[in-house]
Formats: sequence, C-alpha cells, structure tokens
Amino acid sequence: MDGRKWDIIIKPKTGWFDINLQEIWRYRDLIGMFIKRDFVTLYKQTILGPLWYIIQPLFTTIVFTIIFNKVAQIPTDKIPPFLFYMSGTVMWSYFAACINRTSNTFTANASIFGKVYFPRLTMPIAGVIMNLLQFAIQFLLFIGFMLYFMMQGAPLLPRLWILALPALLLQMALLGLGVGIVISSLTTKYRDLRFALGMITQLWMYATPIVYPLSLVPEWLKPWYLLNPMVSIIENFRYAFLGTGTVAWSYIGTSWAITLLLLALGVLLFNRIERTFMDTV
Amino acid sequence: MTTVIQIDDLWKEYRLGVIGHGTLTKDLQSWWARLCGTEDPNSKIPVLKGQEKQIEGDRFWALRGINLEVEQGEILGIIGRNGAGKSTLLKILSRVTAPTQGTIGIKGRIASLLEVGTGFHPELTGRENIYLNGAILGMSKREINDKLDEIVDFSGIADFIDTPVKRYSSGMYVRLAFAVAAHLDPEIMIVDEVLAVGDADFKKKCLGKMGQIASQGRTVLFVSHQMDSIRSLCTSCAIVENGLVQQKGEDVERIVGDYLGESAGNLESKALWENREDGLYHPNCKLMKFYLSDSAGNVLSTTISRYDDIHINIEFWVEQVDPSMIVGYDLMLKDECIYTSGMRDEQESSWPPVAIGLNKIRSRIPGQFLNEGTYHFIPWGTLYKREWILKPHIQDIVIKLAIKGEMSKSPYWTGKRKGMIAPVNHWETV
Repeated sequence: MDGRKWDIIIKPKTGWFDINLQEIWRYRDLIGMFIKRDFVTLYKQTILGPLWYIIQPLFTTIVFTIIFNKVAQIPTDKIPPFLFYMSGTVMWSYFAACINRTSNTFTANASIFGKVYFPRLTMPIAGVIMNLLQFAIQFLLFIGFMLYFMMQGAPLLPRLWILALPALLLQMALLGLGVGIVISSLTTKYRDLRFALGMITQLWMYATPIVYPLSLVPEWLKPWYLLNPMVSIIENFRYAFLGTGTVAWSYIGTSWAITLLLLALGVLLFNRIERTFMDTV
Repeated sequence: MTTVIQIDDLWKEYRLGVIGHGTLTKDLQSWWARLCGTEDPNSKIPVLKGQEKQIEGDRFWALRGINLEVEQGEILGIIGRNGAGKSTLLKILSRVTAPTQGTIGIKGRIASLLEVGTGFHPELTGRENIYLNGAILGMSKREINDKLDEIVDFSGIADFIDTPVKRYSSGMYVRLAFAVAAHLDPEIMIVDEVLAVGDADFKKKCLGKMGQIASQGRTVLFVSHQMDSIRSLCTSCAIVENGLVQQKGEDVERIVGDYLGESAGNLESKALWENREDGLYHPNCKLMKFYLSDSAGNVLSTTISRYDDIHINIEFWVEQVDPSMIVGYDLMLKDECIYTSGMRDEQESSWPPVAIGLNKIRSRIPGQFLNEGTYHFIPWGTLYKREWILKPHIQDIVIKLAIKGEMSKSPYWTGKRKGMIAPVNHWETV
C-alpha cells in the first residue's frame, strides 16, 4: 500500500505506541460534547444531583474521624483529624472516579463504538475532565472547612505548594486514565476483572496515606510503600494546604515515574485492543 | 478515474460461541508456551488458501479474501443474502473493527451511516443531538453551526427540534439522523440498510440526496435489500456471497437479476418440472419434462424481472402416434385462465411433427406482454374430443412464474401498472 497515495490505510495490526494525538485534537469538539452530554444527563435525571457530591465526602470524613481517630486513636500529624481525613477523601474521590469511569468506557458504550468510528480515547478523556467538576465542588467544601478551622485557631500553615495543585490533579488524571484503560482493555475480554476492580480500589486506598499519615509507616516498609504513586500526591496536597506532611523530591520523582509507566502500559494495551475489541465485548 | 477505495485480499475472522474464562486459560497457555519457546498448543494449522471451509471449529471466516476497487463518483450498490458479509465489510471500512488479514487504502474522508441516530442521547433535544451526532461523525462545531438550518430543514421536523429525543417516533428519529449524516460532506459515504424505516416520501428524499452527493463527484457505497432503490440509484453493483465478492460490474440490471435468480437458489426454484417417478404413462403421450426457457434454451428461474421472450418447452415420449393427440398448457393468473394454447392451434401446415420416441416442442410468448404478477403454467394433453391424457389442474403439475419489475425502459414506467397484460405498444405520429 503506497502511503503517499492514500489518506487512510486500514491494516490488521498497528504499532505498539501508535496514538494519533492529532486526531484526538481534531475531535476536541467531540470531547466537549461528551462532557456536555454527561453533565446534562446528571443535571436532568437527579433531584439532588450536585448535592451528592457534598454529602458523600462529608459522610465519609465523619465516619473516618469517629472510627480511626476517636476509636482507633491513630495520630494525624498534629492536624485536626476532620481536616486530615477530608483532605485525603477529596483527593482520593477524584482518582477513584477517574478509574471507575475509564474502566467502564468500553463496555458501557459498546453500542456507539460498534457503529461509528471516532478516536476511542476521546471518551475516557472526556470522563476525566468531567470528574473535575466533582472535584471542584468537594474542594470548595474542603476550603470552607479549612478556613473555619483556621479561624478557630488550629495550627495550619498553607504554603506556596498550593500552586502545585494543578500538577497534582494532572498526575491523578493521568494515573486514573492509565489504570482505567488497563482495566478497561482487560475487561473487554475477561469480564471477571470488573468485579475485582472494587476490591482493588479499596485495597489501594488503604495502601495510601488517607486514614493515616505517611510518618506512621515503618522505615523498612517505606521503599515498597513509596511505589504507590498516590502516596506522594496525597502528602503533597496535605503539605500544601495544611502545613504538615512528608514531602521529598525523590518521592515525587518515583511517583511520576510510576504514573508514566502505568500510562504507557495503558496506551500499549489500548492500541492492541482498540481495533478489535468490538468483536469480543 | 481515481480509485478512492482499494481493498486487497481482505479476511475477517470471528470467534464463535461464548468468549469467556475459557480463553483466559488458553491465552495464558499460549503465552507461556511462547515464553518457553515451545509450540503453541492453540495455534491454527495453516490451510491452503481457497480450501478453507468457512467454519473451522470455533472460528468463522466472515470475509474470505475480498478484492474490490471503487472509483471516485461511483455509486456502488452492495447486495447479498443475510450473513454474506456485507455489514462486516462496511464495519471494517468504517474502522469500527479491524481486519484479520489484508489491507484497505482509502482516499478522502469516510462518513458511515451504519445505524440511525448513533449516539443520540434520549435526554437531549433534537438540536443538541444534532451537535452531538455531528461531532461523533466528525464535524467540527463550526461546521455544524453553519449547516444547522439546512439540517433542520432537510429533516422536516423543525417544530419538534427542541423536544428531547426520547419523545420522537422512529420515523422522526431516522429523519433527523439522516439529515445530519447527509450534510457531512464526506468524500465517501457509506450507507447500510438504514432507509428501511422511513416512509416512501422520505426514502425518495434520501435517495435523491445520495444521488446529489454522487453527482458532486463523491462516492457512495450503498447496502440494501431493496432492489428498486439499488436499480434506481446505483451506477455499479456488487454481489457479496459467503464472504467473497461474487461479481461486480456496471450492468446493475443484470447483476440484480442474477442475484434475484440465485437467491431463488436450487432446482425447486427453477421454472421446470420433470417426470421423475416415471408416472403418467400413456401410449400416445407420456409427459417427461415441462419447463420455461429463454430463446437460448436456458431454464428460467421462478422469479424474473425484465424478460425478452418466454419459451414454453414440453418434452414427451410417444410409443404410438395418434393424429388427434394434442399437448399444450393453460396460463392462469389468480385462478383465472388467461388463455389456453395447444400444439395444434394453428393451421395444419404449421403443426410440429410427432414421431415415436422423445419429442421436444416449444412455443413462444412474446416479451413485454404479460404484466407483473405470479402466473401458473399448467400442462395438459388430450386426444381431441375423445379422452384426456393429462387433465389440467387434476395432476397438480404446475410451474409458477413471478414477473416483477422493469417492464419497460421508459422512465415513465416505474412500478406496477393496472391491467392483466402489459404490452409495450409502439406509438408514432401519423
């Protein structure tokens, strides 16, 4: 097939790392449309809609405060426990939402995918952006409580690290995308993994400093523990907004490295799967 | 003429049965074997090309080496039985799924209409769905903005454009979906049997629009089971059968005819009756074969469209010649006899001679005479005014012939006319 003569060449296999970013850019309006569609659906179909975004983290934070702080007496790095748990929950919610949404992409949208061609990645990307809305609402809630506690005189010290928030969000988005795509690609063929997803996410949460600070992790465990890319993200967030947390450049470096690795793995799998998954989904 | 689509040796395989946890173990097995350098227990045994059956164990070859070239400006009609592989071919062209083997080269942008209202979201209004559907099909927001009025106009549902789509009837759905697709301005447009839902008016509009698209130098691939649409719109036609392109050419008429004739299939659907049980014995005339053919002697199938002459052929065995023996047939339409015709109807000098042994005679009905409909040809034999050799309607020997479509080359003769016969009479100025 002469590459110069044809605009598109359809072949059985693609390269391993073939993402056509240009094409995704060309379809950017479509990403906007998906976001709009999901937003409108959400708004039109529920009464409390956006309110659930507030109720959920509030509820989780209260439960954590009672169980882990009051009952189990786990220390929280000298930060008011309520804020400690809320900060973790808000950040983790975004990540979990990204994974969930992305891993569902293929199976939930099989009908569209089966009838028309558009770059498949546009859907998970739209999902990840859509989740920012949820994060924004919860983040405002968090800031509200933070200001309240500060006025009460708690020893909180927001730092310049606050400016790193966009980078943290980006990293979570990429991580969520990567992991979500890996799971999505695998579940198109082996549906069992979908059930495993819930458990994996939960375990992952406990392996992240959400309900306890990083300072509590024993030294011998730390090297392994730090392989979890979310560790650095959460601690950085706490450090930035609340003043205490363990932050080190090596941690950040490891975290980003693993994130990019997972993303690459996701893209790889995605490419292998993308063109023929409609046959098996 | 430039080639806009070139398909080279396209193969597509599907796995049959349930795809589930069985394959996880198989995949792990294969992967482990490959890792160890041992032989993969699940690999396929290579078979010579052209010798595969379509189904092999749990694998099914939907496409088996398709070679096809489409020129710019062509309106290609793709016809074939259900399960022939037409939709699979379109899916691969639309990049919804990938081929197992082979390559395709495409020049220009493709827009596919494989299903109506792809991506329509029930909660959004018609207008919002135009944007969504348009974006899915590849239009930019600006393009949609520019064409919004045209699209709404074409769809004919301007009054309902701001109601959520879940309230639409299926007809409205189709109208809106096609309206969006029709304004895509792609270089190549692929349409798969979507027009079955709309009413006649709308179908005409769509076919008109597709014709318009083609006249602007664009290419259209059209899959349909409605031969009339194919005949009226397409400049070329291809039959897909069992995963292969059986034929492709510009003589749409003939190809459609072949397809219709074939889809009637086997001997049962040929206009032929044979005396297989060796019954009906009579010393003066034993009917052996009764069939309809064209002037070349080829047996017609039971459904024909355009036709030239029809020849009624009768073969019979004679042991003793009897001058009063007449053999002929009745022509019935809906239980009414149109006429009856026997071998000794004309003056004596024109009668066909009868000899001992096998006799083959035939009679001609002129073409462009009978109207569309299903006819019954019923043979009979008699010894004139003495006894019936073969009484019609009693023995239940009948050949059914359905005549449908293409009665005349006139552009003003489309569809079935009234009347029992439909002669194409010549008119001239005096």
